[in-house]
Amino acid sequence: MAGPEASAGPEPGPAGAVGAAEVTEVTEAPARVAVTDAAAAMMRRLYTAHGPLMFHQSGGCCDGSSPMCYLAGEFRTGASDVLLAQLAVADIAEPVLFWMGREQFERWRHTHLTVDIVPGRGGGFSLEAPEGVRFLIRSRLLTDAEDAVLNR
Amino acid sequence: MTVFIAPGRPDALMSYQPRYEHWIGGEAVAPAGGQYFENPTPITGQPFCEVARGTAEDVERALDAAHAAAPAWGRTSPAERAEVLNRIADRMAMNVDRLALAESFENGKPIRETLAADIPLAIDHLRYFAGAIRAQEGALSQIDEDTVAYHFHEPLGVVAQIIPWNFPILMAIWKLAPALAAGNTVVLKPAEQTPVSVHYLMSLIADLIPPGVVNIVNGFGVEAGKPLASSGRVAKVAFTGETTTGRLIMQYASEHIKPVTLELGGKSPNIFFDDVSRIRDDFYDKAQEGFAMFALNQGEVCTCPSRALIQRGHYGDFLSDAIARTDRMKQGNPLDTETMVGAQASNDQLEKILSYLDIGQAEGAKILIGGERVDLGGELAGGYYVQPTIFEGDNAMRVFQEEIFGPVVAVTQFDDYDDAIRIANDTLYGLGAAVWTRDGTTAYRAGRAIQAGRVWTNCYHLYPAHAAFGGYKGSGIGRENHKMMLEHYQQTKNLLVSYSAKAMGFF
Repeated sequence: MAGPEASAGPEPGPAGAVGAAEVTEVTEAPARVAVTDAAAAMMRRLYTAHGPLMFHQSGGCCDGSSPMCYLAGEFRTGASDVLLAQLAVADIAEPVLFWMGREQFERWRHTHLTVDIVPGRGGGFSLEAPEGVRFLIRSRLLTDAEDAVLNR
Repeated sequence: MTVFIAPGRPDALMSYQPRYEHWIGGEAVAPAGGQYFENPTPITGQPFCEVARGTAEDVERALDAAHAAAPAWGRTSPAERAEVLNRIADRMAMNVDRLALAESFENGKPIRETLAADIPLAIDHLRYFAGAIRAQEGALSQIDEDTVAYHFHEPLGVVAQIIPWNFPILMAIWKLAPALAAGNTVVLKPAEQTPVSVHYLMSLIADLIPPGVVNIVNGFGVEAGKPLASSGRVAKVAFTGETTTGRLIMQYASEHIKPVTLELGGKSPNIFFDDVSRIRDDFYDKAQEGFAMFALNQGEVCTCPSRALIQRGHYGDFLSDAIARTDRMKQGNPLDTETMVGAQASNDQLEKILSYLDIGQAEGAKILIGGERVDLGGELAGGYYVQPTIFEGDNAMRVFQEEIFGPVVAVTQFDDYDDAIRIANDTLYGLGAAVWTRDGTTAYRAGRAIQAGRVWTNCYHLYPAHAAFGGYKGSGIGRENHKMMLEHYQQTKNLLVSYSAKAMGFF
């Protein structure tokens, strides 16, 4: 299965679709999204304080381009969204799902994203703002090898 | 040249209080949770006051005040409400310098812009809606000889307004003026990056507004914005910001079947046809300025002309002049009236812009000028300054597709009219655009073909109250400005009245 859904973990699919062999296979595959140690530490802190987490990558003005962090399920994703990654973060039991609007993804799919964190005032309804920090996306181009796997 | 003395120093025109509470029911109200957050000026990065950290409890209290005030305010005559708006405008007009200083100090924008644009536009906006509400009329339709449909405008009631940080006072007035004119009461949440300039404004005008008509709750989005946006006690939510939060607000509104107005930004194309360069005259100079408008307000404008599309025939010469013009921009202390480019509004905004300077170059876009953070030295060393930057590249690159919200323009060339329209519309957004040409037919056709709510034609960055502003596509829902905005804050009441004594004949 090619495409972003399979890039960073098994795609939740029909019953029985996720087998042990498949998990091994996809965890070795290149990922679209990485997390810095500092960002992971903040995710752990938010997880402890609030519960399971998710991200939805924003676009547009003001605090656009920011990865918005919510309680899992707070933001309703749908057919217009793509699951870029199921982030495995140490000491967080559930994978942290990272979503993006499908149309936006078409314009971002050639890039690899790293969730970082910087001091800031936050924005939107993202969970980390009261901590005096802001999640931030750093980007690089996918390597040819990554692109070959992730974008067919 | 004048350098305004920073607030808080001796002889400054205005100063901020060391602490701001919420403004609820016509008085300062401490946060229920007892917590405050620090508010830095982006000019130096240093905190200058602390601000109430609002929670759901504070939002409920503000909603109580707004609901208590709504029936009486909604029954006031249009003339009374217009008088309130005009008095606010007059009071602001007496304090333009103070308000401009307050706004530039908190946001980092050059004071020549707040003096010439932000504050005067806000004043005019209030006066426009004071006039518009008095001129507004309902409608009646004669259905048949004895049946009449009367259409009345009624206020929605209590509305929620979430204000962005790029024009804190002007955007607050954009939202407040039509809402108040239409007879609504408001709970307003300023951005956490710029929470207090609107409180300073309120300190000047509080005696003009009945208690509870305007309520301000400060705090973080997740703690104060979310309880407000998701409340079943508001009749409408108006939001300016970005797409993910816009969608989330729509989701909350859907739970209560409430309308929203969303302004979510753009990636506005600024199109320069070959004939612009036919003569080096005043119009050419104006078009060059139109290009340079990407740096207005450090690019922190939802309609920033952040994509420049230049026709192939004059590409080299026009761009070369544009680079020279960009090079002459004076960057410095925002409180200096000579400064053209000030500070970005926050550290996270600065970091985001720098991250785009990285990925733009990684994608192969070429930096023609700028491209780096600026250290202005001295006490400004801790401020958030970025060089005005011109990228040259291709419309598929991310720096052409995402609103960087910094003083950064991405330039590319086009072959002909069709190519220009194709590139202009190859974006998820459709808020602003501009067309520059000496040919009226080209201007008209291009303006109609571009999928954006506002197409400036041979001008840019004008924001008169009488022109509708809002987005196509991913840029949002609804409009701001123009008298049509009144109806965005009104219900339609239809009285369908029969003057006939005869039964209909069904039963």
